[in-house]
Amino acid sequence: MNWIAWKMLTGDRAKYFGTVFGVAFGVLLISQQTSIFVSLMRRTAHAVIDVRDASVWVMDPHQQNADEIKPLSDSDLNRIRGVEGVAWAVRYFKSLARAKIENGNFRQVVLLGLDDATLVGAPVKMREGSLANLRRPDAIIVDKAGYEYLWGQEPVRLGRTLEMNDHRAVLVGICEATAPFQTFPVVYTRYSQAVQFVAGERKVMSFVLTKPQTGISDQTLAERIHDKTGLMAQSRREFMWFIIGYYMRNTGIPINFGITIALGFIVGTAIAGQTFYLFTLENLKQFGALKAMGVSDLKITGMVLLQATIVGVIGYGLGIGMTALFFESTGGITALAGFYMPWQVAIVAAVAVAFIIVLASFISLRKVLMLEPAVVFRG
Amino acid sequence: MVSQVLLPTDNEPRTTDDVAISCTGVIKDFGEGDAKVRALYGIDVDIHASELTLLIGPSGCGKTTLISIIAGLLNPTEGEINLFGTPQSELRGRKLVQFRAENVGFVFQQYNLLPALTATENVAVPLLIQGWKRPAALKVARETLVAVDLEQRADQFPSQLSGGQQQRVAIARALVHQPRLLVCDEPTAALDGKSGRTVMELIKKVAVQPGRAVIVVTHDQRVFDYGDRIIEMADGRVVRVASDAAEIAHFAEKVSA
Repeated sequence: MNWIAWKMLTGDRAKYFGTVFGVAFGVLLISQQTSIFVSLMRRTAHAVIDVRDASVWVMDPHQQNADEIKPLSDSDLNRIRGVEGVAWAVRYFKSLARAKIENGNFRQVVLLGLDDATLVGAPVKMREGSLANLRRPDAIIVDKAGYEYLWGQEPVRLGRTLEMNDHRAVLVGICEATAPFQTFPVVYTRYSQAVQFVAGERKVMSFVLTKPQTGISDQTLAERIHDKTGLMAQSRREFMWFIIGYYMRNTGIPINFGITIALGFIVGTAIAGQTFYLFTLENLKQFGALKAMGVSDLKITGMVLLQATIVGVIGYGLGIGMTALFFESTGGITALAGFYMPWQVAIVAAVAVAFIIVLASFISLRKVLMLEPAVVFRG
Repeated sequence: MVSQVLLPTDNEPRTTDDVAISCTGVIKDFGEGDAKVRALYGIDVDIHASELTLLIGPSGCGKTTLISIIAGLLNPTEGEINLFGTPQSELRGRKLVQFRAENVGFVFQQYNLLPALTATENVAVPLLIQGWKRPAALKVARETLVAVDLEQRADQFPSQLSGGQQQRVAIARALVHQPRLLVCDEPTAALDGKSGRTVMELIKKVAVQPGRAVIVVTHDQRVFDYGDRIIEMADGRVVRVASDAAEIAHFAEKVSA
């Protein structure tokens, strides 16, 4: 009977492709919009994501995100170093700065200052130049997207300069970095250099980055630092979600994307569900004939579920494929850098399409199972 | 010569006196309470094996309801149906579905062929329902198509066949699993006169076999003379049964007059 179910499904090519593309379109809407939302939210935590060597972040207890920063004092660093279980603790600077390039144009940049001695928080992957060059006077490293924002499509040329707070900065490298939320260039420099690139304040230390000693968890160390110093301390993962949570609560992004995703889900459900439902309805007479000829309700259920599974699997594959193709084809666009489809989204879309298909199958099945086989005698 | 594949499983020669199906006091109501409508009022009728029984009467007289009950597609509200010695009341749920699959062949007014399957594949469906392997089912289906003179159209889809050809495929499908009961609902209603006669000749020649009961519901007067027995219904009751040739001829003349 599976063979008959397959033939019934694929016999009318137009209906078959219509149903499959209905599901594929629904999956595309859900997976593409969810991926963009996730990627956008991920951008808000770009600074945390790119610091791989420290696992606990310490900051002012009233801090709400990674952009509005109330600096710590140098004594805070020493207090943190004195907490039991701290393997090491270093300064970390983060601020917005205005950078002026050679032709007079300027751009706001995300300025990151790394501990002079250890360079904790340095970019992991360099595209041009060497991380060691950051120790040179006035040295900065800019992310690849940032270079394009500053100098357009000009070929990469190390040694070129820009100006921040009347201080000269020399480009010594191009690195990979997670795109920030506001699509600003990301500029790495040493801590001592960074504080000169922004207007002076009495306190400048944005964060303290630390790592626990072996055998102590990040959470335990964070709790100890908070208890001993009164400062807010969070593990890297906690802080990332803390930032994302702030943007989720305080911006319209989740609502806008939520509406889009919900619409995608509803439209996807409507298209996929309706096309499959209509497909079953159009075959109602055939199912009636099969029932009359002695096909049991159980086998009919199996046939409909098999058809739904085939439509669901092929539609899902096409939909996810189209989403993957979208991100693959837009991967080279600087403004969309870092937008990707997380595997979790693929699973969410699979669950969604399974839900859609099961729902459509059961609504269709209800019609089929309620169908009196005697209906075949009614003209 | 009739193909061996079309003979019923239980193909011992029988006389026309063999009662294959017996209906006793069959009542059928639809709906409940004030909306209740009685479609059949205590039908007592026998359907004989090895002959072609025509069930005639005006639209709405209960013909389709009666054959639906006989074929096990509807349950009677009251009364008893005896199918080849088995009370239908003993066949419920899965047993009844299995009984239909093994013992009943259907020919529908609108053919009800699966449009995605070729003629051969459509004919193989009853065998596949019984769990036959596909190659074996297709082989027997192809042989059955020979019996209805459609071997040249074996690989064509229903949409590529004329109405008469589609009905012949439907007849082959109804007979491929050698059922003991063949139920045909208005098999000529959608056909022109010539095609209708071809279909009736085919039913008469191929379907009517020893041990098999064949019921044809029709109000197509052109085909009355094909019947071995005519049961006339009106308003949910059997009003007349004609069984010998003279009676049938007279009946046909009377109706056509």
